[in-house]
Amino acid sequence: MKASRAGWLFVAPAMVAIAVFFVVPVAAALAMSFTDFDIYALADIGNLRIVGLDNYAWLLKTPLFWQALANTFFFVLVGVPLSIAASLAAALLLNSPLARFKAFYRTALFAPVVTTLVAVAVVWRYLLHTRYGLLNHALASIGIDPIDWLGHPQWAMPAIVLLSVWKNFGYNMIILLAGLQAIPKDLYEAASLEGASWWQQLRHVTLPTLAPMLLMVSILTMAAHFQLFAEPYVMTQGGPAQRTVTVLYFMYEEGFKWWSLGSASAVAFVLFLFMFGFTLLQLRVARYKEAM
Amino acid sequence: MKQRWSVLAVNATLAVIAALTLFPLLWMVSASLMASGEASTFPPPLVPRAPTLANYRELFASAGIGRQVINSLLVSVGATLLSLAFNLTAGYAFAKLRFAGRERLFRTLLGALVIPAQVTMMPLFLMLKQMGLVNSYAGALVPWLASVFGIFLVRQYTLSIPDEIIEAARMDGAGEGRIFIAVVLPLLKPVVVTLSVLTFLGAWNDFMWPLIVLSDRDLQTLPVALAGLSREHVQDTELMMAGAVVTVLPVLLLFLALQRHYMRGLLIGSVKG
Repeated sequence: MKASRAGWLFVAPAMVAIAVFFVVPVAAALAMSFTDFDIYALADIGNLRIVGLDNYAWLLKTPLFWQALANTFFFVLVGVPLSIAASLAAALLLNSPLARFKAFYRTALFAPVVTTLVAVAVVWRYLLHTRYGLLNHALASIGIDPIDWLGHPQWAMPAIVLLSVWKNFGYNMIILLAGLQAIPKDLYEAASLEGASWWQQLRHVTLPTLAPMLLMVSILTMAAHFQLFAEPYVMTQGGPAQRTVTVLYFMYEEGFKWWSLGSASAVAFVLFLFMFGFTLLQLRVARYKEAM
Repeated sequence: MKQRWSVLAVNATLAVIAALTLFPLLWMVSASLMASGEASTFPPPLVPRAPTLANYRELFASAGIGRQVINSLLVSVGATLLSLAFNLTAGYAFAKLRFAGRERLFRTLLGALVIPAQVTMMPLFLMLKQMGLVNSYAGALVPWLASVFGIFLVRQYTLSIPDEIIEAARMDGAGEGRIFIAVVLPLLKPVVVTLSVLTFLGAWNDFMWPLIVLSDRDLQTLPVALAGLSREHVQDTELMMAGAVVTVLPVLLLFLALQRHYMRGLLIGSVKG
């Protein structure tokens, strides 16, 4: 009885904070997405009108929104597999019994994760400079002509993918490394007694055992990739030719540059639906594969 | 013989990957010590001809970035203290105090993790505007009050504390508040450090919300100010690198000092899937 009341008292502050500053705003955002909340309503709430699904209909008719969706999908579909492949490769190397100085390498490869995204985006903007950037300088030494990374519509998003893989692969590397270390050694001993090669052990022992963890990692990584914002804000301002306008960048400009908070809320919910849908899809595919 | 080649291949690959990974950070430091304009010469130099602190002097003297360093510190420390106050109590209760609806409430909280925080930004901005908190530290701190992740982290750790310790204190007639402060809190020290370092780094590196809520330059945090500076000073490579160093170095050092605690938080946080 006493513990019961104490329990509620202990969780109350956090629950009130989450209710007031998260649950209520989520509900309010849904409501706002059905209104024409704009700069006039911001000045005088009397100008607010309920417009039903007009904001969503408007989005469907807006080419820039479709462009933002396409750009975001490109970043998710290219960036997530690359990022996880890099994490897995690094984790396998670090887990190798042959590797020396593991603690140092682990820290070095993880370092970009804790750096400030805005700051390293600024750094990369100069590394990617067409003329003075060291990336093009390095490419020139193997005979590749300078690439206008951030100025060419075709290259800007791949450049952001590159930065993002560099910045984030250490995170999943640590998680996958913990997973690799948890795989019982005798599984490998049995496999190598049967003459399985390194590659066969990877395919038939490591990856199947790691599968649930890879699923979790890919769901979390995908959710993070859908929220791309700071990189285009700092590096390209959405350009060139709007090829790095992402869904969140579009939402930010709608909401906080043009003060169309109603349509910005609609954008936020569309993004949420896509993230939710893709998470369910991944779980489905995983369950289907398991059943096979 | 084959073994020796494998050892060489694994270690050489690791060395190359580590060098490539650290390169942008090392170049950032190197370029920040170059004379103005030096980084934009051809071929691009790797190290400064004559290292100088002029960029840092300009950053603090003319650009006045000292102010933003203090803002970032205040917001990050404030976020850390708030997050500790709210999440420690709630996480402990979800692990050790029985109350009606506990499991359901906890599951609901975890379910809320699928909603991205950006959904709340438009109404939250209006709410804070009503309360007069736009362009204030308080406005920047609001999202850090309590977090589902923080509660989860504390709960997972607290589960490992034996019930007997708490029961024994209760038998001795200690009140619930006293049990938490005198008995439980000292045992939670590792997770306190973990939650602190995760929150501090999260708040320090955060960008989108501070960008929205802090438009007044004197209140801006480092990432927001740096993004603004980099739009104005596109050509000043060396100055911008000094700004990047000032932004990144504090969190990088903090991470290096408390690495073990940071990694524990990351691993506890990742089992939730």
